[in-house]
Amino acid sequence: MDEDLAAIEVGVAQALDLETRRLHSLPDPEFALDPKRAQYSSVEVMRAFAATAPTGTSKIVGITNRDLFIPVLTFVFGQAQLGGRLALVSLARLRQEFYSLPADHSVLVARAVKEVAHELGHTFGLAHCPDRRCVMSVSTDVRQVDGKRPTYCATCASMVRESEQQ
Amino acid sequence: MKANWEILVVDDEEVMCESLAAWLREDGYSVETARDGREAMEKARKHDYAISFIDLKMPGGMDGIETMIEIRKIRPDASIIIITAYATVDTAIAAMKEGAQEYIVKPCNPAEISLLVSRIIKVKNLQRENLILRKKLTKHYHYRDIVSKNAKMHELLDLVSQISSLRSTVLIRGDSGTGKELIARAIHYSGDRASKPFIAVSCAALAENLLESELFGYEKGAFTGANGQRKGKFEIADGGTIFLDEIGDISGKLQADLLRVLQERTFYRLGGNEEIQVDARVIAATHKDLQQAVHEGTFREDLYYRLNVIELRIPPLRERRDDLPLLAEHFSEKLAHELNRDVKRFSEGAMRLLMDYDWPGNVRELENAIERAMVTSKDSVLTEDDFRFLQAKQESRGAWIPPNLTLQDIEKEAITAAIRRTGGNIKEAAAALGIDRSTIYDKIKRYEIARA
Repeated sequence: MDEDLAAIEVGVAQALDLETRRLHSLPDPEFALDPKRAQYSSVEVMRAFAATAPTGTSKIVGITNRDLFIPVLTFVFGQAQLGGRLALVSLARLRQEFYSLPADHSVLVARAVKEVAHELGHTFGLAHCPDRRCVMSVSTDVRQVDGKRPTYCATCASMVRESEQQ
Repeated sequence: MKANWEILVVDDEEVMCESLAAWLREDGYSVETARDGREAMEKARKHDYAISFIDLKMPGGMDGIETMIEIRKIRPDASIIIITAYATVDTAIAAMKEGAQEYIVKPCNPAEISLLVSRIIKVKNLQRENLILRKKLTKHYHYRDIVSKNAKMHELLDLVSQISSLRSTVLIRGDSGTGKELIARAIHYSGDRASKPFIAVSCAALAENLLESELFGYEKGAFTGANGQRKGKFEIADGGTIFLDEIGDISGKLQADLLRVLQERTFYRLGGNEEIQVDARVIAATHKDLQQAVHEGTFREDLYYRLNVIELRIPPLRERRDDLPLLAEHFSEKLAHELNRDVKRFSEGAMRLLMDYDWPGNVRELENAIERAMVTSKDSVLTEDDFRFLQAKQESRGAWIPPNLTLQDIEKEAITAAIRRTGGNIKEAAAALGIDRSTIYDKIKRYEIARA
């Protein structure tokens, strides 16, 4: 996990040209476990995250190995406060193992970088982008994640810049 | 185009409600939530939601199906998606029978909801586009279609609605580009004559004898080339409305003919002996000061009073600056459909620039400016830079004017230059100058400007 996180951090910093910092890890969110679904409630994890998130950085992305869900949906890759400060990304369904394939560190990192960039985009107030190659395009499965670039398209990039200036 | 569509999520469970709402917001929709059927109905009364997600099982009297039935009473075209935890064929059939567009079983695959929503929105977009295009095609504008929150304009629109079903002649005054024809159409299509024809004639665009045959028609052999009988605009407008634009530009002979039609409601076709009766309401418009023209002896006083039974004056855009943001949004949305672009927002700077500009060409110039900015801008936000050309226009005024030129010389120069720049395209030249097409024709005639 530590190796994965280090690689994701480097990847995000490169793709988005942002300064990044790794904070301490949080305990596993066992309180959010739904035993019937054997998944973790994204809403509850986010709530606890918001209560304990440190100040001093403009945006914080939490990364977990747990599989996240919201009641209506079978799963979510992540969640973000739209135009806010916090985002959450789950690695569970980004791993090849989830699909009964051999583990692949580089595939996982590439997908995670995109999901982090995507959720971060939401914290900058961005909605989904119709450009399939833009990292802000919607992805409801890993194939769509693999199909897009880790960066924002020109329009989304300009909106991120505008949001940063405010 | 998503932000224009609103979605309602109805569920008694907060987590369920808010998490679905948040997920849809990430997709770019504006989403509201309601915690029970009653709240949902109240919200549906105030807003026309493109889609309502309603949970089937809700406590407190109204379940999902009842809520749906009530909402459909208020909004018959609402698209409703029922959410159920227990998929039984019975509930699904019941929901669809009562008018649900779809039902989903929770938990549902994200791809499935995504597809469902985008499919419904696609249809809604097409429906709206169709409506806009149909309005554009038929130009059936009602007074409610006119965008304004300005007090003077509201007074004017109140008057429009009051006089729409009268038969009295109306004279519309307003600078070029203020929307005189739009108001005339609104009078016609808001009143009793809406199902009858609305015929618009630009009096400045045609030479005198051509205008005469255009208005009154002719008999076979009335003049060289009159190979058959032809009805004039007055006859075609029978039962409806005839709109005479740029009435200040007609000749003395036509003024006399027109006066006769207004007084007697009858006329003769060119070269004809048969008196023809018409019931056409006359709406005339001009950017000129007719009273002044009467004073100078170029416009008949008796005709002026015949026309000026009800006078409407449309204020220029600079007198209704409070409408600018509203109009700018309206045009950007309308043009987004026409140009097939994403709806553009205006940066604060851009809006300030629009507010400060003088708008000599009024609403038409505003629409053209927004179209130009939307076409050239690559971003989804229109900024000051995209409207720089307006500033250049304003600043260049006065800078290049050599001495010893009359106002008419300058006008002639400006029109000649505009026509040369557009390669002889009169419509474009008029738009660039911020004047009406009929006005440019009038001036071309007056200054004897070469057209190419």
